Amino acid sequence: MTSSTVTGAESAGTTAGARAEETTRPAVRQRGERSRLASAALHTTLICASLVALFPIVFIVLVSLRGENGWTHPMELEGFTLSNYTHLLGKTEFGTWFLNSVVIAGGTMLVGVLIAASAGYAVSRMRFPGHKSLMWTFLICQMFPVAVLIVPLYNILGELRLLDSYGGLIITYCSVSVPFCAWMLKGYFDTIPVEIDESGRVDGLTPFGTFWRLIVPLARPGLAVTMFYTFLTAWSEVAFATSFLSSEGKYTLAVGLQTFVGPHRAEWGLMTASSVLIMLPAGLLFFFAQRHLVAGLTAGGTKG
Amino acid sequence: MSSLIVRTRRSFSTHWYAWAMVLPVVIVLGVLVGYPLGRGIYLSFTDANEANMGRTIGDFSVPSTYTFVGLENYWNILSGKEGSFYPRLTWTILWTLSCVVLHYGIGLGLAMLLNRRMRGRSLYRVLLVLPWAVPAFVAAFAWKLMYNTDNGVLNALLGKVGVAPVDWLGDPFVQKLSVIAVNTWLGVPFMMVAILGGLQSIPRELHEAAEIDGATPWQRFVHVTLPGLRPVSSTIVLLGTIWTFNMFPIIYLVIGQAGGTESEILVTYAYRLAFQGVRDYAGSAAYGIVILSLLLVFSVVYRGMLNRQEAAK
Repeated sequence: MTSSTVTGAESAGTTAGARAEETTRPAVRQRGERSRLASAALHTTLICASLVALFPIVFIVLVSLRGENGWTHPMELEGFTLSNYTHLLGKTEFGTWFLNSVVIAGGTMLVGVLIAASAGYAVSRMRFPGHKSLMWTFLICQMFPVAVLIVPLYNILGELRLLDSYGGLIITYCSVSVPFCAWMLKGYFDTIPVEIDESGRVDGLTPFGTFWRLIVPLARPGLAVTMFYTFLTAWSEVAFATSFLSSEGKYTLAVGLQTFVGPHRAEWGLMTASSVLIMLPAGLLFFFAQRHLVAGLTAGGTKG
Repeated sequence: MSSLIVRTRRSFSTHWYAWAMVLPVVIVLGVLVGYPLGRGIYLSFTDANEANMGRTIGDFSVPSTYTFVGLENYWNILSGKEGSFYPRLTWTILWTLSCVVLHYGIGLGLAMLLNRRMRGRSLYRVLLVLPWAVPAFVAAFAWKLMYNTDNGVLNALLGKVGVAPVDWLGDPFVQKLSVIAVNTWLGVPFMMVAILGGLQSIPRELHEAAEIDGATPWQRFVHVTLPGLRPVSSTIVLLGTIWTFNMFPIIYLVIGQAGGTESEILVTYAYRLAFQGVRDYAGSAAYGIVILSLLLVFSVVYRGMLNRQEAAK
């Protein structure tokens, strides 16, 4: 994550520097400084873009606070109540679905990142026959449309009696997230100096010992990002969950929410309230992870 | 023969650690991707469906009775007999192309703006990144509510300025525009942040040198910024194309199960083949293999194109 923190600090430094220069020499227009008109255009564009980005989220929050039928009058701003939330938490299976999602996404995260990390490390540091084709395989796995694997997986899980279970879904999601995680982590491990591995070897550590004792602690930010990515992928997956889970007590959020707005029912009040409750933790986690997310991704891409 | 054994043994003793460390991933990919893929390919050559697929009910197991039919499924798809393949392929390509172009174009524009020095930059950044934090299925439901014809906020806003309500999710053409809008909203932040990272990795000296040489802002954009972004761009465009081509939740949830099939892309149609009505497992598998082949061909061509450009420089 060194690269991203460096650029972050750098950009913060330049803005502070620019501000200091502006106050000392206000009259002279610097190289690269904008006219007042250009500045207004810049801010107008960004404000418009921010409004578009924000609008659906704010809208959902407002509707969720306006009771069962608040959604039928989207432009009004009155009648605020928490009834949707109390109904959702008290009288529906939302809590169960939430827990199911946490268990499944958490399980995927632990299993997936653990095995992806060791593979990513091996591909990053060791030149063994097959490492090139393994990187290619990771990329190709991104291309698997849900339709290729879903039927065979459905039948295999059916034979193993793993349909409608946490375990079945966790191993399915591993197949989706492991290649991408290994790919990202390989890029991240590439940014850790090789000298650290060499010093570990000199001290008599095995390659796996070096990985586990030295590299894993150093790569903690990168691992956190991949874990976060895996969690969110599993958290919001729709297709596998919809077809593999059949009893309401096992539904994940993505499946459960569909029951609120099926073809014959439209309980948008409940829908919006649950959307808000789903967005809150995801959004918070996300806020802390997003910078690193891209650094890891692009590292994997440019050095692949 | 014996030299082969010696070589294998030597290779094993130098590399066994590496192989041991990649083994779990290889097993997972083999068992969960390779085996189902092999089985999917096999199924695509049969007439398997829900009725003739072997299954276990309680303690009874019913054996499979499907038969090998050769290339029939592929013929049905490619001749257009099954699921109007060509119109759907055209729409899928249009969908992917417009989404990726919009994602990349808007993302690049916003990243360029955010890369300038200005007041409130970090606030804009946080606001613009927000849609990325919204899970796709939540976004799909939120937009579906906004698109509601009678009670949707978009039509209410249009009504305020005196425009007649639009049937956002009814008319096939408008429906397509609607889903593209949702996916664009959802996908721009990722591109924006990635490009912003790429912009910040371009050495400032390059821009300054170009400026001193008298390059206009446009020339600097074309000859310094865009080439500098190449490593990032090539990755995110490839990934973005693959992801959009296979984008399941937006189409499936926004258009809904009842909303007519004309706006479905290949992936959602294949999914529906397998899990709705008489479950046509074989047809769905064949559809999936066709999709996978299309993406593989695209990636190889794309990679080749990049390498040629690299060599030409």
